[in-house]
Amino acid sequence: MTDYETHDFDVIIVGAGGAGLRAAIEARSQGLRTALVCKSLLGKAHTVMAEGGVAAALGNVYSEDNWKVHFRDTMRGGKMLNNWRMAQLHAQESPDRVRELEDWGALFDRTEDGLILQRDFGGHRYARLAHVGDRTGLELIRTLQQKAVADGIEVFMEVKVLRLLADADGAVSGVVGYWRPTGEFVVFTAKAVVIATGGVGKSWMYTSNSWESTGDGHAMSLWAGADVIDMECIQFHPTGMVWPLSVRGILVTEGVRGDGGVLRNSDGKRFMFDYIPPMFAAETADTEEEGDKWYDDHTAGRRPPELLPRDEVARSINSEVKAGRGSPHGGVFLDIATRRTAEDIRRRLPSMYHQFKELAGVDITAEPMEVGPTCHYIMGGVRVDADSAATTVPGLFAAGEVAGGMHGANRLGGNSLSDLLVFGRRAGIGASEFASERTGSVTVDEGQVAAAIDAAVAPFEVESGENPYEIHHELQATMQSLVGIIRTGSELEEAVEKLDKLEERATRVSVSGGPRYNPGWNLTTDLPSMLTVSRLTAQGALNRKESRGGHTRDDYPKPVAEMGLVNFVQRIPGDPDADGVGGTPSIRSITVDPEPIPVLPDDLKELFEEET
Amino acid sequence: MSEELNDNGSGEQVTMRLWRGDDTGGEFAEYVMPAQEGEVVLDVIHRVQATKAPDLACRWNCKAGKCGSCSAEINGRPALMCMTRMDTLPPGETVTVAPMRTFPILRDLVTDVSYNYEVAKRIPPFNPRPKTEDEEEAGGYRMQQIDVERSQEFRKCIECYLCQDVCHVIRDHEENKTAFAGPRFFARSAELEMHPLDVNDRRELLQQEQGLGKCNITKCCTEVCPEHIKITDNAIIPLKERAVDAKYDPVAWLGRKILNRSKRAPSEAAATSPATGPAAVQPAVAVHGIPVALDAADATTNGSSPRPSDSGTSAAESSAAEPSETDPSSTDQSPTEDAPTG
Repeated sequence: MTDYETHDFDVIIVGAGGAGLRAAIEARSQGLRTALVCKSLLGKAHTVMAEGGVAAALGNVYSEDNWKVHFRDTMRGGKMLNNWRMAQLHAQESPDRVRELEDWGALFDRTEDGLILQRDFGGHRYARLAHVGDRTGLELIRTLQQKAVADGIEVFMEVKVLRLLADADGAVSGVVGYWRPTGEFVVFTAKAVVIATGGVGKSWMYTSNSWESTGDGHAMSLWAGADVIDMECIQFHPTGMVWPLSVRGILVTEGVRGDGGVLRNSDGKRFMFDYIPPMFAAETADTEEEGDKWYDDHTAGRRPPELLPRDEVARSINSEVKAGRGSPHGGVFLDIATRRTAEDIRRRLPSMYHQFKELAGVDITAEPMEVGPTCHYIMGGVRVDADSAATTVPGLFAAGEVAGGMHGANRLGGNSLSDLLVFGRRAGIGASEFASERTGSVTVDEGQVAAAIDAAVAPFEVESGENPYEIHHELQATMQSLVGIIRTGSELEEAVEKLDKLEERATRVSVSGGPRYNPGWNLTTDLPSMLTVSRLTAQGALNRKESRGGHTRDDYPKPVAEMGLVNFVQRIPGDPDADGVGGTPSIRSITVDPEPIPVLPDDLKELFEEET
Repeated sequence: MSEELNDNGSGEQVTMRLWRGDDTGGEFAEYVMPAQEGEVVLDVIHRVQATKAPDLACRWNCKAGKCGSCSAEINGRPALMCMTRMDTLPPGETVTVAPMRTFPILRDLVTDVSYNYEVAKRIPPFNPRPKTEDEEEAGGYRMQQIDVERSQEFRKCIECYLCQDVCHVIRDHEENKTAFAGPRFFARSAELEMHPLDVNDRRELLQQEQGLGKCNITKCCTEVCPEHIKITDNAIIPLKERAVDAKYDPVAWLGRKILNRSKRAPSEAAATSPATGPAAVQPAVAVHGIPVALDAADATTNGSSPRPSDSGTSAAESSAAEPSETDPSSTDQSPTEDAPTG
């Protein structure tokens, strides 16, 4: 077996986006030996791409806002599939988490009386998103990064983690991975591990997600025995760029609509008025006049339908395109140019202005944008305890996008940045407590390390095998066409068959060149994760025979009450053979079972009876 | 799939000349690819990886100009590969892509940028004043939009390090790296100095440890900034002005003359902090991940390892003499003389 170096810590955090950084800051503040391990350079994680803002009921713009309203919005946006306790903690704690960022140097845009300004977003009753123009994610990650550096947290950059390690009792004892620059292997032993690896979007062709979003944390946790829930619930953000093809999928912030932008079809019609679902009819404007009054004064009219939750808007766009009323490149038009002054647009949406100017040659102060749905976020994820972020595997914690439950079947915009602050901190506390109470020395099973390393280097020995880029490309094509925004049973079955074949081919990949900074080889070590999460999504989607939030079945177009009461839990039972790609358990060994969601307590139930 | 990935329909082709090699040497390799509408340089690199050179090393993340990972020198000009559209480059001509020259090569287009992470650790961190009673009650600090905007400009920085790459002080003088923070970190210091809440004073450190005086305001950094941050005018020159209290700097003097800037009001500048000496604020952080070649003694210098050099197109190949700390005449050169020309 190849040699490897070893580092020992109390708490290891895998992933240095918002959740990972926040967890690390917390664990460090508890006095634990803490390290961050991340696949890219520090500060480059996908959090950086969040644009519109961080949702928190600060009440700076509308004093009527409070955690109960935020909680209710979140649950309704998630079609009540959410883990209510997570949604409650999130709504209660996000204001403190946002103010704390300011104590650490963040500079949010201001209200006239000098407090943090908040903007409107889909599904949020009040203007609730603290923001910095349209680059809020950058502000958040930079603030946390600078705090982590100031606190002296060790950061291991450009390390790809392959597998979680467990001791004889089944508790997590560390991780094994390799340095991307050198290809050398490294083991981190730890009393507790926090997984904060983000999302899964890179299994789809058109996605807003960055290179790193390959579902490593979802897959590693599953392989280590953790439960994973609701993986069929994927959010297709309604407004991704559609042209030029090479930038298709890049995000256009919801802030455009929050700040007055409207969606039009090829006839120039504001079509969203045709798609108001009964659940939101009471609070949605039914004429353009009423909707337009709302932007300046939320008491003068109901909110315009362009600001319905993302799942509703994405499906509506999809329907318009399908009906032949789309834009020239297969999207619809997002128009802010006729609604706001050029100066306002450049000030409020500077990144969008530059993005369209530089990548598409479109001046958004003068012309409409062409937009369409893009794979954006996975609501499902590793099952966690709401208060401690503990997974079902001892010593393993999960926070941020990789954790499931918080957002139910659909996430509201702005709730992701607040999620990763609230639960990043809680995972840091949970992991610290576990690490402090853990007795005995942490042992590493050499066999597990050897197996992971041998599997990782195996493609170097294969001659003229499969091209990993080709397999990735076919995986993306499969997921895009068969497990996309609108699904149907026969296509999902076809997807599962194709995934079986792709897995089989992926066991025969070969790479050229050496181990040093070799993207082809790196991709072969990402493929097992991508194939695994793709299977989880396809399998979950097959089982959820209804339409709910980010999961739409053409053959079951309505929500089914009983299905709204269960999570589809996927796991690998027993001690499976490691005969899948890269020495992982085969994706065929994943089981799926409906299990009841946590029951909403009566005092919170009242919040939903009062309204609507 | 090869055909599928290469499908373009137009029949047009583009020749990519990409640096292949590592710290022991290398050379440019040419790849002829079908042209596709609307592509950026990074798209073509990805197609080269998928069809011709699967091990071609290239660092990238978001492909949307937001993370600052894919910095390189395109036809000699430091730029983000994801924000450089192919149709903005001269049609029909070979496109040359080389790694950033200022940093040691890891492999192909990927450089070791750990220098920047080391400098970041030496910046005295944010240190806010206490909240007032009113602020405690309101639940947060009160700041006016106009006051936060100055620092917000610098907080747009995506840390692509193109400004560091183009800066002559370190681009052509490896030895300066130990005593020069570079434009990115002058902007960071400016951001903190202008932060409405921060009470640390970094002026002496900037002069004595971070080589602020070495900058001869040629504005190359501002020109390459993909976020259009006015690094020289809005960060470096104001910092130089503030730092003259600690040390006389003729460039700052000249800058004031030329730009007719007034010094910051004493009351504004007087905010100080209890402990801000360099020794007190150096956190014991280790940033691992890439071989650190900071120490001049064991640094792999640009001189000793073959670097992609492409005199025909390479920007900032200027023979700009070592920037002078004391000679105001060094600012006589027009900014564009040193600037990258694409």
